[in-house]
Amino acid sequence: MDMKRDYYEDVQLLHGKTARFWFFLLLITLASLPFIIKGYYVYILSLMAVNVIVALGLNLLVGNTGQISLGHAGFVAIGAYTTAILMISFAVPFIPAMIAGGLIAAFFGFLLGLPALRLEGPYLAIATLAFGLAITTVIGRVGFFGGHMGLSVPAVRFESLGLTRDESVYYVAMITAVLLGIFARNFLKTRPGRAFQAVRDSDIAAAAMGVNVSYYKTLSFAVSAFYAGIAGGLWAILIGFINPGLFSFILSILYLATVVIGGLGTILGSVLGAVVVTFLSLQLENVQTIPGIGQLLEAFSKQFMTLSGLPNIVWVLTGLILILIVLFEPLGLYGIWSRIKTYWKTWPF
Amino acid sequence: MPMLKVSHITKTFGGLKALDDLSFSVEKGEIYSVIGPNGAGKSTLFNCINSIYTPENGTISYKGEEITNLSSNGVASLGIARTFQNIELFSRLTTMENLMLGRHLHMKTGLLASASMWWRGSKAAQEEIKHREKVEEIIDILDLQAYRDKFVSQLPYGIQKMVELGRALCMEPDLLLLDEPAAGLNNEEREDLIFWIRDIRDEFGITVVMIEHNMQMVVDISDRILVINFGKKLAEGLPEEVINHQEVINAYLGQP
Repeated sequence: MDMKRDYYEDVQLLHGKTARFWFFLLLITLASLPFIIKGYYVYILSLMAVNVIVALGLNLLVGNTGQISLGHAGFVAIGAYTTAILMISFAVPFIPAMIAGGLIAAFFGFLLGLPALRLEGPYLAIATLAFGLAITTVIGRVGFFGGHMGLSVPAVRFESLGLTRDESVYYVAMITAVLLGIFARNFLKTRPGRAFQAVRDSDIAAAAMGVNVSYYKTLSFAVSAFYAGIAGGLWAILIGFINPGLFSFILSILYLATVVIGGLGTILGSVLGAVVVTFLSLQLENVQTIPGIGQLLEAFSKQFMTLSGLPNIVWVLTGLILILIVLFEPLGLYGIWSRIKTYWKTWPF
Repeated sequence: MPMLKVSHITKTFGGLKALDDLSFSVEKGEIYSVIGPNGAGKSTLFNCINSIYTPENGTISYKGEEITNLSSNGVASLGIARTFQNIELFSRLTTMENLMLGRHLHMKTGLLASASMWWRGSKAAQEEIKHREKVEEIIDILDLQAYRDKFVSQLPYGIQKMVELGRALCMEPDLLLLDEPAAGLNNEEREDLIFWIRDIRDEFGITVVMIEHNMQMVVDISDRILVINFGKKLAEGLPEEVINHQEVINAYLGQP
């Protein structure tokens, strides 16, 4: 039995030997992975880390504060472009450029948070959707941002540490993801995160407790946008080339789907959701190459599921899997995880 | 100087006058009850004091300071706590976390301090520990030990009411507004509640303003009673005066 003897254990990051063991094992695994696997798979892991960061931020907003955003691709775009332009035009090193990208995205998040004080539910969804669309349109029109042609982003490589380009990006992305994950967890265990959740559950009672509801709603938007902005900067150096088309509103929807599938309001949910959705969206592109089934699915999607005549089987399957997960596990992947955990803890009863 | 002074407040919803030129004042250390038939404007009165609504006319002052146009959280920061008629707990948080929200105004941790909570000595961790000790006192008083790490949505109704009372007490208020604290409680729970409300006043020196329908309880613990009907003051005074007041009997039982 795991008894608490001290209030510190309520908020401690790793309480108990088991938790410490698994956490350090995870860190060692993450640190050594680039030496075991190579090339494309390192890229996939980096992409997962980037999406984990977006999901962590979005989940703070959607799952913990109870706001909604259909414009998060816009914040990712702001982060990506700020980082790229600071590196190209002002020769700023990557890390400060990425942090600047996060801060500028946070500023835009704060601005979007202001109208959000008066909007709720579907109305807020439309307002944020419009914001996401507006950002990419503006970027596409301004020559300084490379217009529709896009920008190529300088490579980041820590040669002094003997790392290749892929490995450098992997380590930066992974360390950032772990740090921001711990930050998010600390927020939720202490005063600011509790205030977010109070606003979500009952804004009237929150105000009666002295929580400044407007402040925490805008703060949540800003923090969420900061996470998205940081992820944008990392994504830019990961793919090496950015254009406005990358940050479409489909991407915003996919981010939202990520946190719903993972589990709203939980850190582990954000991580699981981002890993699974990233994996699915990459792997489902290969579905057409499966002998027999692939051609059948492709023909099916061409005939019944498309307006333009192009095969969109990837989206059809992604959508189907998402519907199934939400239907059978409303708490998301986190729900599955916690059920397995309870089963083992209480076994054989 | 009265603790709470309500002067000539009027609040209308469309054509309905929920509060109509209502005035009263509450002295420090009193248990002051507000009663009246359903729809008399009792909860509207609390919402006006709490700045959830702003009255069209009249002023509300607290310790001599006008609070009519403050924000809800501004009112809370002056030391006014409340509970709600339909329980307004933070349903997806635990009892402990709910009570810790009562400490929100006494704590300072911001985002940066929170993010840097990496070891026991960090500012955020120290603050969490200190305020959890304070919360534990309230948990002890209200006998909530068994529920401290349970999600409040899973607790029985009576316990949820106690958690809400505890959350208000964690704010260490000077004035406590209780909106139907005994509604839905069984006899035993109500006895406990009466005991605690007295204790809150006697031990902590908190002034209590209470809306309640249970007449036995109201007469038992109130120092003074205000009766309102259709937003107007019907009677005010000592319990025995009020319950024998002819207009009050008419309002409750109808005129013969």
